Formats: sequence, C-alpha cells, structure tokens
Amino acid sequence: MPVTTRISGNEAVAHAIRQINPDVMPAFPITPSTEIPQFVASMISNGEIDTEFIPVESEHSSMSATMGASAAGARALTATSSCGLALMWEMLYVSASSRLPIVMAVVNRGLTGPLNINAEHSDSMGARDSGWIQIYAENNQEAYDNFLQAYRIAEHKDVRLPVMICQDGFITSHAMENITLWDDEPIKQFVGEYEPEHYLLKEDESMAVGPYAVSGYCMEAKKAQAEAMKNAKKVILEVAKEFEAITGQKYGFFEEYQLEDADYAVVAIGSVCGTAKDAIDALRKKGIKAGLLKIRVFRPFPAEQIAQALKNCKAVAIMDRSEGYSGNGGPVGAEVMAALYRAHVQAEAVNIVYGLSGRDVRVEDMMEVYANLEKLAKGELTITEYPYIGLRK
Amino acid sequence: MKKLTEIRWHGRGGQGAKTAALLLAEVAFNTGKHVQGFPEYGPERMGAPITAYDRISSNEIRVHSNIYEPDYVAVVDDTLLHAVDVTKGLKEDGAILINTEKDKSEILPLLNGYKGKVYLINARKVCMKTLGKYFPNTPMLAGMVKISGVMEEESFLEEMKTSLQHKFARKPEVLEGNMQALKQAFSEVELCH
Repeated sequence: MPVTTRISGNEAVAHAIRQINPDVMPAFPITPSTEIPQFVASMISNGEIDTEFIPVESEHSSMSATMGASAAGARALTATSSCGLALMWEMLYVSASSRLPIVMAVVNRGLTGPLNINAEHSDSMGARDSGWIQIYAENNQEAYDNFLQAYRIAEHKDVRLPVMICQDGFITSHAMENITLWDDEPIKQFVGEYEPEHYLLKEDESMAVGPYAVSGYCMEAKKAQAEAMKNAKKVILEVAKEFEAITGQKYGFFEEYQLEDADYAVVAIGSVCGTAKDAIDALRKKGIKAGLLKIRVFRPFPAEQIAQALKNCKAVAIMDRSEGYSGNGGPVGAEVMAALYRAHVQAEAVNIVYGLSGRDVRVEDMMEVYANLEKLAKGELTITEYPYIGLRK
Repeated sequence: MKKLTEIRWHGRGGQGAKTAALLLAEVAFNTGKHVQGFPEYGPERMGAPITAYDRISSNEIRVHSNIYEPDYVAVVDDTLLHAVDVTKGLKEDGAILINTEKDKSEILPLLNGYKGKVYLINARKVCMKTLGKYFPNTPMLAGMVKISGVMEEESFLEEMKTSLQHKFARKPEVLEGNMQALKQAFSEVELCH
C-alpha cells in the first residue's frame, strides 16, 4: 500500500534513489543539495542499497566520474546546485553529446553573486542549451515522482540523453510536507533493470566514447542529438502514462490549472505555482477568470502545446526566476513568447522576473500579477520592458 | 480548531528553533493534518537570529511563501526581543509564547503594545530539572502545542513518545527526561497578559 508521510524535497529524492538502487553515485556537497548524497551515504552504510558512492574533490570531477560510470555501462547519478552545476559546465555538454543516460538531482539555487544560497533558476536555466532534458517540480511529491520517471526517459533507445530533475532550493528541498510514497515492488518493476546496448566494459565490442569528430561528420552527430531531444517528447508522455497507471498521478509537459476558460494566465515553473493556485482560487470566487500553466518539462521545450493551451487567453504573464542579462527578459519569457508568435497567438504577453535569490512571493503578489494582466488586456496599462515583482523600492 | 493555523518561530542559530518547527509539523502530521514545516535560511551561524515556520491545516497546503500574519509566535530566546520585531503581523486573536527567566514586567514593554495573549515559560528551569542540560526547544514545543491547541495534550505526548523512541533508539536513557520536560512544560506555561 502506498504510504502517506511527511518529508522534505531532498528526502523525497533520496527515497526515489533508494527505490531505484542505482549503480554509482559520485558527488560533491553544495548547499542546498548536500542532503541528497548524505542520505544516500546513510542508506548505503545501513545496507539499504548497494550503490557505489564516490566522494570526489569537485563537481567537475563528480560529473566526470558519473560519465565514466555511465559510459562503462552503469546506471549513474549525481546531485548538485548553483556553482556546483556551473563547475560541471564542460562536462554537461560532453555527457549529453556522448548520449549518456545520467540522472542528476538539481536543487535550484542562484548563481553568485552576490553570494547567496537561496532558490533561483539561474543555475539550471544557464544549462538549458547543454543538451540535457530538464524536468521541474512544484513540491516534494513532484520531485519524487519526476525522479522515479527519469531513468525510463534517459535510457530509452530513442532518447539516450541525460536528465536533470530540478526542484526549488530550500522552498521545497528543506520544507517538510505531506507526500505519498509508492510501494517498492511496482516502482522497481516500472524503473526496470538497466541493460545498455553499447558500453565500454562490453567484452565483445570495442568502442570509443567522446572521440574527436572531423567537420565532415560532427554536424551529423549534433543533428542526431537534436533528434533524440525531439524524440524525448514522445517518450516523456509514454513514461508519464505508465507512471499514472501504477500511481494515479498525472504528469505531462505542463500542468493546466483553471486554464481552459482563463482570460488571464500565468506561465511559471516550480514552487511559486502552488502560491499562484491559491491566488487563482481567490480570484475565481470573485468571477475573475485566472489560470495557470505550470511548465514541468522545459527541455525538450513543448512550444506548440504551450501556445495551443494559451491561445484563448487575453493576457499572459510569463514568470522567470532568473535574470537573462540579455536586456530583454528571462529565458522562460523568451521561449514562451517565441512559441506564441509562431503559433500566431494574439494574447498580450509580458515577461516578469521574480523570486531572485529566494525573494519570497506571496499570494498577494500573484493577485497583483493577475490584476495587472486584466489592466493590460483592457488597454489600461502598457508594459514596455520586463518588470520585476517583489523588488525593494 | 480552525482550518489553517500558521506559526512563526524565532530563535538563535543552535537553539533548535528549526528542529522544534519540524517536530511540531511531524506530530501534527501524525494526527492526520496537512503540514508544512520550513526554516528561512540566511547566512547560518551559531547565535544569529533565525526564523522557522509551520502551517498546519485540514486541507492540502499549496502556498510556498513565508508567514507574515501568524496565528502564533514562539520566541526561544528573550534577548531577541531587543533585536527582532517578534509580534510583527501577529494576529490579535492569536498569542505569543516567550521563553524567559525574567518577570513579565520586564518582558511586556518589549512587545510593541501587542494586544493579544502573552504566555511566558521558563524553559531553563524545566530543562535543568528534567534533562540536566539546556535544550529550550523541547519545552517550547510543548508550550506551543498548549497555547495553539493544534492537538490534544495527550495525543501530543503519545506521538512525541513514539517519535523520540525512534530518534533516540541508540540512547534510550534520554527518553524519560525528554518526556518529563514536555509534561512539565505544559504546567510551566503561564498566561500573563
């Protein structure tokens, strides 16, 4: 029987790792993801899992060791945050282009500076074009469920790409909340054993991983990698469907909350979406048609589906928990706006930056976003730039 | 009990305010509630003011923000009264619980004219009598259960016993002292305003 309990987001991911029992976990500690390798180390020492834990001296090394293990044929993972992810940069591209089905728990924290440890998406958003699949969570339940689905997506023969399972630092990683944990057996069956087709330790097959490619072949390899990312769309939905069959939990590219008939919609990622839902309920009681599109899968980016879901809205606010330093808004804003344009969606659209370095977002803040969307749609407000919310005056 | 109870904890790094908040969420969960227990993190260091929060509700909790208008506030260290506006946003039909060895005449003037109920507890006295060491979060936890009424005293003590038995599986000798500290805290809490 599934059990309802209360744990933090980091514990939830550790529980998923326990149920999967992967082969190798190299890791280097960094707040707020440090607890994940800590929990895993305890589970190993308690004999609950037989994962090989490799303490390394940096994140460049943790990703390198994870890649080595994965290339050798092991099911490998690591965890990181913020500057740790930044130090992996080179290896992120190498792991994706080497088509290694690694899973990484990313506990989102802003990149320095000013030096800060709190929630922001600048770390994983900076890695959005590295070739990794990115899946985000609103709460501990989703972080857990997403992690359980990750290897099925990463290891699928039409995909073979690494996956980041992201959650908001401290806001969900360190908050104790209710959660339902699934039974070990059906989960183990769902995740399955990893049986790679090609790997370095395969006796009767010689191969190289990550060799030089001349210009005459390199572009084809990159195109094949891009195709794999496109294939991931189909696989992500298939895996979600199977997951639903055993847990009853519904997952897709995004969640639509009160969106079907919404005049005013917010597009956002992560824990702020729960806060937005409370605002929507309050607004709906007043007859205001507010809705939410919560992006779960940011890579591959479901552009057509997002545009389709927003096509009847009068005004849309696209919220970024990272500054793009482009002078033109954040990454979620840029992608969603492009999707709307290509699909000829005529809704007013504004990009909002919020929650940098853990700046708190209240239900009241979200109510104000919706109030401004209404004004925007009615022509009572013009927004030329991309506004910040929650900024000190 | 009403649908949603929101609690804010003020302490100093190292005193266990975060642990108390998480323990309260844990025992409330065990009585069938939806809970959220979370700390607000800054540059962590021993002795620096820290804040932690609890939401306890009969319904699912989706909001992910700090608590600005709490129903109850716990102050684990009375020196914070000079440094932090502990009654900020505190509802007037709510209450504040302060750990202090001082008389109410010294404490009440530091509460910015808060009109709601003020409870004091001498956690040091409780701790020294029952534990022989000063762990203020243990009596404060019981005190918060008493003033907030988020659960019955009896079911709280039962849940705590199970939880502590698990936590101190390798140090069973400390169980009794902790249980005594919780029980004595209930009678030590004093309404003074």
